[in-house]
Amino acid sequence: MLALYLREAKLGIRSGSGALTGVLFFLAVVAVIPFGVGPDLNFLARIGPAILWIGALLASLLGLERLFQADREDGTLDLLLMADSRHMVALTVLSKCLAHWTTGVLPLVLIAPLLGLFMNVPLPGLAAATLTLLVGTPAITFIGAVGAALTAALPRGGLLVSVLILPLTIPVLIFGVSATRGAVAEPDPFLPPFLILTALTLFFAVIGCAAAAFALRGAAE
Amino acid sequence: MSQNAAVRRWTDIANPSRFLALADTVLPWLSTAAGLVLAVGLVMAFAAPEDYQQGSTVRIMYIHVPFAWLSMFCYAMMAGSALGTLVWRHPLADVSLKAAAPIGAVFTALALATGSIWGKPMWGTWWVWDARLTSVFVLFLMYLGIIALTRALDDPGRAARAAAILTLVGFINIPIIKFSVDWWNTLHQPASVFRLDGPTIHPSLLWPLLICALGFTFLFLALHLMAMRAEIWRRRVIAMRRLSARAAEAGPAAEHRA
Repeated sequence: MLALYLREAKLGIRSGSGALTGVLFFLAVVAVIPFGVGPDLNFLARIGPAILWIGALLASLLGLERLFQADREDGTLDLLLMADSRHMVALTVLSKCLAHWTTGVLPLVLIAPLLGLFMNVPLPGLAAATLTLLVGTPAITFIGAVGAALTAALPRGGLLVSVLILPLTIPVLIFGVSATRGAVAEPDPFLPPFLILTALTLFFAVIGCAAAAFALRGAAE
Repeated sequence: MSQNAAVRRWTDIANPSRFLALADTVLPWLSTAAGLVLAVGLVMAFAAPEDYQQGSTVRIMYIHVPFAWLSMFCYAMMAGSALGTLVWRHPLADVSLKAAAPIGAVFTALALATGSIWGKPMWGTWWVWDARLTSVFVLFLMYLGIIALTRALDDPGRAARAAAILTLVGFINIPIIKFSVDWWNTLHQPASVFRLDGPTIHPSLLWPLLICALGFTFLFLALHLMAMRAEIWRRRVIAMRRLSARAAEAGPAAEHRA
């Protein structure tokens, strides 16, 4: 599992384009918002954490379609599936997801505080947004693995992946944003939504990987 | 013994011809029942007393609530079909899932639309992002996603399995819809019919509602059977076309060889 994780992470870093495109997309989304809603700094500070979350969500959807497609094209996926007796497919999916998250999504989380500065988000808000993104984005990747596995056989599955998994990521978005708001606005609590967000990530780590493994096996038959 | 008989009947239906015969006999009865019960329900709905606050708009309830129930019922049935596809490999389960998805999407859209029309005079707004409305909207999006997925994959077997997995993953949303009005403090009113301490709605309003719901359930089942029948016929036509194409291809070659 570790070897697979390292292999995937190395591949992800070497190709490099995925992470860079994601970061650029994130940057573009955040840069477009002030033009849409007007450059009022107070208003931007209020909606800033939510914008960061939406931007990160959309940007992390970008690379998902490649999660299994490249491996499917060169036959690696079949080998991984046939090694089922030694390594459970669900665990294979888990390590691929983690590698994808490290190479593709972690840069988004790291750049989020910088983009938050553009939006005039106060310091506790920045910390909270980064922390919730760090905890919450793996859930998006795990949900995305289901969509990627379902559409792995399609030549142009990219848009379909987004359409399929966006409804399922809404709870993650809700609790991520409400935890971030809880850290900034006084009456709202921070800890309960944050804990629910953590629970969602763990929950989807199990459900998403199992369902994706099932879908991959089904598609390979 | 009786269980064996039940299992045998269930496997008998797996034969598409038997299913078609069954559907042909059941459908006229079901459609008539749906029409009659709906007519009675609507007459009762208009005979029911008006709400002292809402006036005549309360009658929207008699179509809004059944649509909302059925949108969840349809998804639950699709989840059952998905289990049937994945666990028992029942050959008609995927036909059932594929046929139910568009009907469920339409019922959900109608529930949202009627709710919105009802919300405008009562709440003063077409739409609010409260828990119940948002989760039903998510349900609508998931129906559309399932439809898109089944249409995107050419091979019916593969499409069936993919849609089944997606349906089961999306089933998480159903308890969220059901309990959203209890978990969160929302603008949408909490459950008033199916409660542990009995319905809090007056019998004069409850009976027309239940009869309307029954009528719409019959309507849904009739539409579902019709869609399943159409889907089976469609697959037969495709199979026949393939056979005839293969025969036409083999024909000249065989002559040539002779």
